[in-house]
Amino acid sequence: MTDISQDKSALQDDHGPDYAPGTHPSLPPPSSSVGPIHWIRVNLFSSIPNILLTILAVWVLWATIPGLLNWALFDAAFQGDSRSDCRAVAEGACWAFISSRFGQFIYGFYPVELRWRVDLAAIGLVMALVPLLFDKVPYRRFGLYFAAAYPFIAYFLLMGGLGLEPVETSKFGGFMLTMVIGVTGIAVSLPIGIVLALGRRSDMPIVRVLCVVFIEFIRGVPLITLLFVASTMLNYFLPPGTTFDLLLRVLIMVVLFASAYLAEVVRGGLQAIPKGQTEAADALGLTYWKAMRLVILPQALKISIPGIVNTFIGLFKDTTLVIIIGLLDPLGIGKAALADAKWQGLAAEVYIFIAILFFICCFGMSRYSLYLENKLHTGHKR
Amino acid sequence: MAVAESHMDQGFTFSKLWRDKRYRGVLMQILVIAGLFAFVTFIVHNAIENLAALGKTFGFAFLNTPASYDINQAFIEYDSRSSHFRAGLVGIINTGVVAVCGIVLATILGFLFGVLRLSNNWLVSRLVYCYVEFTRNVPVLVQILLWYGIIVNSLPTPKVAAADHGIWDVIFLSNRGLYIPAPVFGDGTWLAGIALVIAIAFAIFFKIWAKKTQDATGKIYPVFTINLAVIIGLPLLAFAAMGFPLTWEIPELKGFNFKGGAVLKPEFTALWLALSLYTAAFIAEIVRAGIQAVSHGQTEASYALGLKPSWTLRLVVIPQALRVIVPPLTSQYLNLTKNSSLAIAIGYMDIVATIGGITLNQTGKEMECVIIVMAIYLAFSLMISLFMNWYNKHIALVER
Repeated sequence: MTDISQDKSALQDDHGPDYAPGTHPSLPPPSSSVGPIHWIRVNLFSSIPNILLTILAVWVLWATIPGLLNWALFDAAFQGDSRSDCRAVAEGACWAFISSRFGQFIYGFYPVELRWRVDLAAIGLVMALVPLLFDKVPYRRFGLYFAAAYPFIAYFLLMGGLGLEPVETSKFGGFMLTMVIGVTGIAVSLPIGIVLALGRRSDMPIVRVLCVVFIEFIRGVPLITLLFVASTMLNYFLPPGTTFDLLLRVLIMVVLFASAYLAEVVRGGLQAIPKGQTEAADALGLTYWKAMRLVILPQALKISIPGIVNTFIGLFKDTTLVIIIGLLDPLGIGKAALADAKWQGLAAEVYIFIAILFFICCFGMSRYSLYLENKLHTGHKR
Repeated sequence: MAVAESHMDQGFTFSKLWRDKRYRGVLMQILVIAGLFAFVTFIVHNAIENLAALGKTFGFAFLNTPASYDINQAFIEYDSRSSHFRAGLVGIINTGVVAVCGIVLATILGFLFGVLRLSNNWLVSRLVYCYVEFTRNVPVLVQILLWYGIIVNSLPTPKVAAADHGIWDVIFLSNRGLYIPAPVFGDGTWLAGIALVIAIAFAIFFKIWAKKTQDATGKIYPVFTINLAVIIGLPLLAFAAMGFPLTWEIPELKGFNFKGGAVLKPEFTALWLALSLYTAAFIAEIVRAGIQAVSHGQTEASYALGLKPSWTLRLVVIPQALRVIVPPLTSQYLNLTKNSSLAIAIGYMDIVATIGGITLNQTGKEMECVIIVMAIYLAFSLMISLFMNWYNKHIALVER
């Protein structure tokens, strides 16, 4: 042993230190395979098509981003009372328009002195949603009770009653209207959608046919025609003399529309559950509803979460269609504001502002769905 | 066994109606039918009473009366003296045109973005990701209005566009639309048409023959290249033989707008772009999921068999990815068609804007108009889903 090491140490000057097999300390990787240079080489310039793609992408960025930033920020006017005021200051976007109408964009025509009630309802919504959506929240139990009571609280806050000054639904508007339609639609359509999905897979032929016809009919026509039904036709089908709040009519249609789509999503989940699960539940002597509630639905809903959330996002986006029948959601407020001679020609500012508003909500929902998917993924992770 | 039978033999007792699964099912269904019947009677009765109270009748005779409104884009002959029926027909064609154009563009863009999203190039895949997420999460109505607003407010007026000479003085982009020269075919075009039919017939025949030859001998012909050359070349040859009987009608500024040439109206362009870009984002995600669903082993096996990358893609990856892609693609096509109903927001005269909009308001026939519009959309939806179901069956995995 010593002989060898001495032998080798004689060569040390030429070849550097020598090591027994397996004891050599790790050398740093060659500089071409680590660090930013390597990353750029692999991800951006690995082949000729890749280089061309990179050039194309850089060109796209160079053509859009500076112009967009200039328009939206550096060359934009944030103050002023009319479009000409904005143009006098800057050539780009005229955000003063948005800030001058910000209250309307959020609250619609809800009486200004009562806007605190909308704010309170919004805070309540957050307080109800947090314990519903996340399970590691302190005092979650009380939060859930609050969430169960929230629809009634919100109803009285927004509509009045119980000593609060009543506000007509025709005053509802702006982003608050979007939230009212969106949240109610989501909360009500899920149970209806589940029942429809179960009905479509029922053993009873008449129930099944009814559910199929309903679902396929609703999915075959655009929401806008259903809203036309709500605004023009629904009154014909009610006993003569009854009047029916327009917002409520719209809500019914939105719920019916979303529940048909949800039913198909849930049906997909139900189909993926092996028949053995139902048979096992039957063998245990569970009734139909118990088997569904305890065995089938928890599994089916879990795998259909992405689809369900996508449907919710679709519903939330579809709330914009109510402008076609004259309700004033943010888009309606924006269109009405654009008709103002002082602010004409600022369509891009208005629609981009609304687009960002919706993007925040919908993107948030899709991120939450990803989080939930990961959390509920209790199977074998690959 | 004997116990069960004796239990069954006990006969019908009243409590079995809700205790026994079979009887309960029958009872439930009877109740559902009775409820439905009562509901329908109730609303029909109400509708009859309400209509009578307003002095209205239910009927479709109004379709034959003059519509007396103008439609800015009509592919069939139409003027304000035409009937409501004809206005509806114009609307249906307009819906069809924007739906077909939208589906074509959305499919091309969607597949392109879906593939780019999977690119090794970090920058490109991030860019596409941003595009997809932003477009998917913004309501399509907002996008339609945004595009329309940009076109109408930011593009120059026809006068300015004409003064700028457009592109070589033949193509003009203004806030009244994109004007391009329109081809005017002279005599002798028929020969090119016949040549095209012959070329297509030859292409089909050649493809079948080439496949048979390959099955029998293993010899491979460049079918696609030859067919493409024939389909383009033969009509071109015929056209040249007739001495190019083609003239162009060039748009010219007359008064406040261009006259002549072919035009893409701002309403159509905004709707087309917004619908295509919106749907393309969804299709891109579907395509990405479809390609990722084909396991990597398939590609490796194909390379191991000695197939070149383009063949691997065409013969191994794409056929398997399509099986995953087609069903959700169908629902995207349906969504695009249904979303085209938002045309009413910017005044593109589709079926909702003609029958469901102006006709409804003029005649006061709410029920009839809404029923017509719904029936037409149902028919559109059924047609698309029938076609896509046929296509899906065509590409589905053939199992024992």
